[in-house]
Amino acid sequence: MSVRSKLLNPTAISAVSGSAVLVFLAVAGPALWGSAADTTDVSSRLLGASLAHPFGTDELGRDILARVLAAARLTLLLTLGATAIAVAGGIAFGLIASILPTHPRRWFTGLLDILLAFPWLLMVLFFTVIWGATATGAMLAIGFAGIPSFARLVYNLASSVSGRDYVRAARVVGVGPVGVLLRHVLPNIANPFFVNAAATASVTLLSFAGLSFLGLGVQAPEYDWGRMLQEGILRIYVNPLAAIGPGIAIVLAGLVFTLLSEAVAGVRGQGWRATAARAAGGLTLTSGRRPVVAPTVPAEDVVAEITGLRIAFATPEGGVVERVRGVDLRIGRGEVVGIVGESGSGKSLTAMALAGLLGADARVTVATHRFGDLDMSRPPTAADRARLGVELGMIFQDPLTSLNPALTIGRQLTEVPEVHMGMRPAEARARAADALASVGIPNAATRLRQYPHEFSGGMRQRAMIGMALTGRPRLIIADEPTTALDVTVQRQVMGVLRRAQEETGAAIVFISHDIALVSAFCDRVIVMKDGRMVESLSADRIREDASHPYTKALIACLPDMNSDRTLPLPVIPPELAPEALEEEVPA
Amino acid sequence: MTTTPPLATAEVVDTSTATLAARAEERRLRRGLSPRTAFLLRRLGRLVISLAVVVVASFLLMYLVPGDPVRAALGQSATPQLVEATRAQLGLDRPMWEQFLRFVGGLFTGDLGTSVRLQRPVADVIAQRFPTTLLLAVLAFVIAVVGALPAGIGAAVLARGGRRRGLSVALSAVLGILIAVPSFLVAVGLISLFAVQLGWLPAAGWGKPADAVLPVIALAIGPMAYLVRIVQVEMLAVLDTTYMTTARAKRLPRRLIHLRHALPNIVTASLTVGGLILAGLTAATVLIETVFAIPGLGTIMVSSVGAKDYPMVQGVVIVYALIVLGVNLVVDVVLATIDPRSSITEG
Amino acid sequence: MNALEIEDLTVAYGRTRVVESVSLQVPKGRTVGLVGESGSGKSTIAAAAVGLVRPESGSIRIDGAEATGPGRAARQARRRMQLVFQDPYSALDPLMPVGDSIAEALRATGRRWTGAERVARVRELLALVHLDPERAGERPAAFSGGQRQRITIARALAGEPSVLIADEVTSALDVSVQGAILNLLREVQRELGLSMLFISHNLAVVRYISDEVCVMRHGRLVESGPTEALLARPADPYTRDLLDAVPVLGERMQFA
Repeated sequence: MSVRSKLLNPTAISAVSGSAVLVFLAVAGPALWGSAADTTDVSSRLLGASLAHPFGTDELGRDILARVLAAARLTLLLTLGATAIAVAGGIAFGLIASILPTHPRRWFTGLLDILLAFPWLLMVLFFTVIWGATATGAMLAIGFAGIPSFARLVYNLASSVSGRDYVRAARVVGVGPVGVLLRHVLPNIANPFFVNAAATASVTLLSFAGLSFLGLGVQAPEYDWGRMLQEGILRIYVNPLAAIGPGIAIVLAGLVFTLLSEAVAGVRGQGWRATAARAAGGLTLTSGRRPVVAPTVPAEDVVAEITGLRIAFATPEGGVVERVRGVDLRIGRGEVVGIVGESGSGKSLTAMALAGLLGADARVTVATHRFGDLDMSRPPTAADRARLGVELGMIFQDPLTSLNPALTIGRQLTEVPEVHMGMRPAEARARAADALASVGIPNAATRLRQYPHEFSGGMRQRAMIGMALTGRPRLIIADEPTTALDVTVQRQVMGVLRRAQEETGAAIVFISHDIALVSAFCDRVIVMKDGRMVESLSADRIREDASHPYTKALIACLPDMNSDRTLPLPVIPPELAPEALEEEVPA
Repeated sequence: MTTTPPLATAEVVDTSTATLAARAEERRLRRGLSPRTAFLLRRLGRLVISLAVVVVASFLLMYLVPGDPVRAALGQSATPQLVEATRAQLGLDRPMWEQFLRFVGGLFTGDLGTSVRLQRPVADVIAQRFPTTLLLAVLAFVIAVVGALPAGIGAAVLARGGRRRGLSVALSAVLGILIAVPSFLVAVGLISLFAVQLGWLPAAGWGKPADAVLPVIALAIGPMAYLVRIVQVEMLAVLDTTYMTTARAKRLPRRLIHLRHALPNIVTASLTVGGLILAGLTAATVLIETVFAIPGLGTIMVSSVGAKDYPMVQGVVIVYALIVLGVNLVVDVVLATIDPRSSITEG
Repeated sequence: MNALEIEDLTVAYGRTRVVESVSLQVPKGRTVGLVGESGSGKSTIAAAAVGLVRPESGSIRIDGAEATGPGRAARQARRRMQLVFQDPYSALDPLMPVGDSIAEALRATGRRWTGAERVARVRELLALVHLDPERAGERPAAFSGGQRQRITIARALAGEPSVLIADEVTSALDVSVQGAILNLLREVQRELGLSMLFISHNLAVVRYISDEVCVMRHGRLVESGPTEALLARPADPYTRDLLDAVPVLGERMQFA
């Protein structure tokens, strides 16, 4: 996004124009309206709204609207002063805390957390006793009360940056803690910092108004919006505008600061603009060649099938990108099919589409889509859902996140038997225990009562396979199930998967970026690139049968235990490389 | 119902590497102290330290005032006799350590000193006003939470559905405004509408049930909007997780997915925010009580701050601190009890 | 004299021993591969070597000079080892032009560089890793993952190290890009006469690039030796398990 487009969105425009108005009021307000604000006219006291006095008059006949406009300067100055104190103190303490060694740092942040537990207003009141119920005292009180939360924020930001690899790299090279702070930490926390500073200004303004309203801030004869609110509320039955007028001013000014904060955040590309763009995205699909893939399965024995699959997504800028461009997939009974591809090849999307699990943001078109004799292109009935739940199993990549951390393993493994197979809880538990045992998890009864975080990664994946086994699976779709696991654990999990397949006769769709693994485990290997199927090969003859240049290049550039160590590794030439990778590989 | 064949069993020795954390945790467990007890002890320790900080800060209040605290409280026109008498009453003529001991000792016996302005025991005044403030805060809290949870979940489902985008955006804008407008301004707005214009409800006072309606609403609106947004964000985050996809893959009914799978995972964040809200509410009561002239802790706090009535301020600050710390402790304990992972994470 | 000599190294996080009594050597101009699964401690050894963590006991010597412990001499010794990080997306400051990130590493040489010298050297290094020197002013976001990995290699080389430690440098990359990076590392090593410690969990990659292999498990060194010999006739049962577990293209996986 260009700089211009970043600035020309509604939030930024409102924020900038709002700020301009506030600055104008602060600079010119008293000069323009000061005299009107101070002119007393006892004969016109306590009047309601009229043309001459849009907000009415106060006890001494002074025009309230003029007073509101003139009070802007004091209100804003005090706000900025208090914000400056909070921000400066916050930066100082936060940065110091981030470079302290471990033990002093723990004490320091512990103290900060204790201070943070107390509501801001209470701290402000406490400080007001010390510095006095005056404008300056209130400014000091609010400012100092804001330091702990800002310090905590700065500390959190600085720490998260300090943990990044590029900071570690700088330390390795010999950059000292101050250097790291100046060169790396400060620039990278600048954006969230300003966002929060603007938000703090907004809160400060409101606190100031509150304090003056309580009579503990600005004192007569000076007046700010909060004090005017206090005076106004005493006469609210006579002239409501006396209170509402300053109230509106407070809300609007607070809104300007909040908008400013959102505008700064929006420089990173989030917020309203992106949402609006997504909503407006038009649909223009590109035409693609249909790949030639010889079907290897007679129609009656088809477990699942999807033809003419196209999947597109809307981009943040408002366009549409097609990620799967015409795919035909047919899985036979008991067949183990592997889908191999690099990132962006569309392999996972294809699998999710086959399972009927794509989200609402995916624009899908298909020619046919069925699971057995169930037509998947129609919305499923309750009976359809039960069948799918029982006969279609899914295993995902990250074992840490694919199981619900808040529920026991038992709860998650008994759901399908209870909900879809009509089993009573005791029966379902027995079935779940059997499933765990069959995937090689000992002490199944105890394990059922445990939570996912008490299982290791390999065990969790086996539990996922077990979950599929509690049904009557005809198809198991496994999306990179072993990518996150160690290679010895991977072997165990693959063994469990093989055994499950043999015992239930289920077909398996196995997705991976590891072509060696896929060819070693599956009967048939499908290679995908840039949303299309490139080739479909028999696994045991993959090396001999590979005919597409991309497949051959993929196989050639993979180092295995027999690669020639004296030669440079073959590299996929640019004309064959997937578009999604945008890699410039040198000659 | 056809019987499903029993699944064959096979023993596989689990040689997968346990994570370092798990190994370390086992070692810690074997050392005797259950993680739950350790957590409780740590938490109580933190409470005691926080309380100590508050007590010390309260005690030092008078000493932090620039110049002479007594003169600052009584004003320049006070007679020297009055100044001396007040000084004696505040105990400022004694050495500091003796004052501190008396102060802390008083806390244990329930003697919080005597209000300079009202010439009554501070503890009596607080005891009289405390129930009012508590009622106000609790009512507002209950309304905020009970209203926000279903609204937040609904807002999340609405936003995710992809349809009715206009409604979702409008809701977000309304929430934004409600969060941004402070409670006392909401109060002013409510008064001018319902009391001045429509005359349905009283603008001030305390005693009849009708008196409570506007103050409670004014107190509850901001926190409720804030909680709705938090619940919505949390729910959206949960709906995007892989385990939700797993639940959907099992083709479970929608309601079951939301209630059994999603809800437990947003409870943690909601509880945490709920605790923050309750703590913040106790502070907001100060402003609301002032607007509606309600005789609670808030109004006495404001007048004591203005008059520099140190014993009163100290007493009320400590009471407020106790409330806030107590709420935090309860929230932490409840969170630890219901979150299955918490015994492993640091308290 | 070995370029890198690790003797009886023990590193602990809190009370847990992550690395326990590990000894290994990297001869001058050679590549030693360190292979192990998660929790084996291999990345911790890299961190200890460059001074990011303090070892509990043991010594690390580079070109004979002791690199552990406080003191100027140890710090200077550590600078002669440079680390190439795993994740190309977090290894570069997103706000800094890549030329500046590389130039930052010139400090490790211990010499003073004038502005002009700095610019020239950065251009040299970019050319060395086959990137366009004109792009020194661009930020990391303008480069792909593989290109960013090249930049991190250039940064490591800027410090003129005698030992290069590559920690899982291909794990975050796609297969089509992996080979190019491995080739680059071999080429650079030969041209500059570097010694390299190559850490990875991928046995095939380690085999391809290393002259010797060390196998680690649960913080201990299980076995080590020349690559071909070790992998043809592994002595330790864990090494054998590791070898068995690697899938071979076109060969059906057998389970007991």
